[in-house]
Amino acid sequence: MKILLFSKRNAKEILRDPINLFFGLGFPLVLLVLFSIINSAIPAEANNTMFSIENTAPGIAIFGTAFFALFSGMLLSKDRTTSFLMRLFASPMTALDFIFGYTLPILVMAMVQGCITFLAAALLGLPLSVNTLLAILIVLPITTLFVGLGLLCGSSLNEKAVSGICGALLTNIAGWFSGVWIPLDLIGGVFKQIAEVLPFYHGVEAAKGAISGDFNEILPHLAVVLGYAVVFYGLAVLALWRKMGSDKA
Amino acid sequence: MSAITTTNLTKKYNDVTAVDGLNLSIEEGELFALLGMNGAGKTTTIKMLSCLIRPTDGDAVLLGDSIKDNPIAVKQKTNVSPQETAVAPNLTVLENLELIAGIYGRSAEASTKSAKELSLRFGLDDVLKKKAKTLSGGMQRRLSIAMALISDPQILFLDEPTLGLDVLARRELWASIKQLKKQVTIILTSHYLEEVEALSDRIGVMTKGRLVAVGTSAELTRQTGTATLEDAFVTLSGGEL
Repeated sequence: MKILLFSKRNAKEILRDPINLFFGLGFPLVLLVLFSIINSAIPAEANNTMFSIENTAPGIAIFGTAFFALFSGMLLSKDRTTSFLMRLFASPMTALDFIFGYTLPILVMAMVQGCITFLAAALLGLPLSVNTLLAILIVLPITTLFVGLGLLCGSSLNEKAVSGICGALLTNIAGWFSGVWIPLDLIGGVFKQIAEVLPFYHGVEAAKGAISGDFNEILPHLAVVLGYAVVFYGLAVLALWRKMGSDKA
Repeated sequence: MSAITTTNLTKKYNDVTAVDGLNLSIEEGELFALLGMNGAGKTTTIKMLSCLIRPTDGDAVLLGDSIKDNPIAVKQKTNVSPQETAVAPNLTVLENLELIAGIYGRSAEASTKSAKELSLRFGLDDVLKKKAKTLSGGMQRRLSIAMALISDPQILFLDEPTLGLDVLARRELWASIKQLKKQVTIILTSHYLEEVEALSDRIGVMTKGRLVAVGTSAELTRQTGTATLEDAFVTLSGGEL
């Protein structure tokens, strides 16, 4: 009950901010259209599928979830600095109420965002199938990772720092190292090696595997994402737990 | 009957003692003001009593429950209005009130009913559908206190409730707080001496984490041989007149 109430509050708090709505729902659509325009400008005889909708749609669906780190981090940071969190800490809410309350609405938003992104991609030529549903589900582990990163930052940093780290820095890192904007094979070298260590590229490859029906591709990539998600979400849970019992709410 | 009894309540941060062996008894329905300079230990005391932080030593019993042994029971019968205006900015006034009522276990219908009653009492009925962030500072403070009251707490902690408000908004809030007297046990912290004098039944003066004096305004001035509460406070805080 408390989890549901707090989740609803957090969803309203996020969705009633028009900037969040733009980045959460609008920006992935803008990227889809942009990549589609680029793809249509590539001559067919070039036989280049780099920006084909089958490649870009899963990438954008995964990249779009990077903004959820910003949303969760900003929300927690704001709650902390305005003492709203202190008010809640003084209530009979438990640590689980807080953790799930901050996470669940964002997971739902990520599913909705994934659905909208793939539906828009369908209008641009992506064939929809059961595989699309699988790709939407694959969005969840990377979203959990981003929520974990956001909550970790939000539990100790102010809003300005959170917007810098989870907004500008993280979205750029996720964008460049996921291979969504430029395929990693084109760059290669150390850049590609770094990308392969980070989880973003693996999230995109897992979603691509789902869309193309290449199921053997999914698990190894998903395992990397899940590993990161467990570590960072676990750290965020610990940080919130400590905050609840700490001397400064 | 005593609503709050603290016994040797102490909070240390490494080498710094924020609250040092606080022994205090506050009666049910009393409005008790804690006065002190910055860093005197007022907010730390409130945080311990509202179970936000654990004491390093000692204990406090609030209406029969220990803050150390049974914090959940204490949390059910207390509420806090923090120093900052702790409201959810993108939620409406009604949603803010309903949220807190729901968190304290009220049903949806009961939450809405209480929210509407409280909004009338605090002059918020005209702005029920407005987002909290669009309200003036004074209105946000009133909402913050109404949120602390919607759980029907038996003990209410008001930490600097009128900080940063203009004179008019402060007087309006005083009127709201006066309405609560005798119904709810209130601990109030403030830097405004006229506020403390106008609202409180008794005053406790804290200096460097220690409670150095307790009494009514008249008792404190008599005890220090001064003419005003301000002079008494300065004397008790170790300042010079």
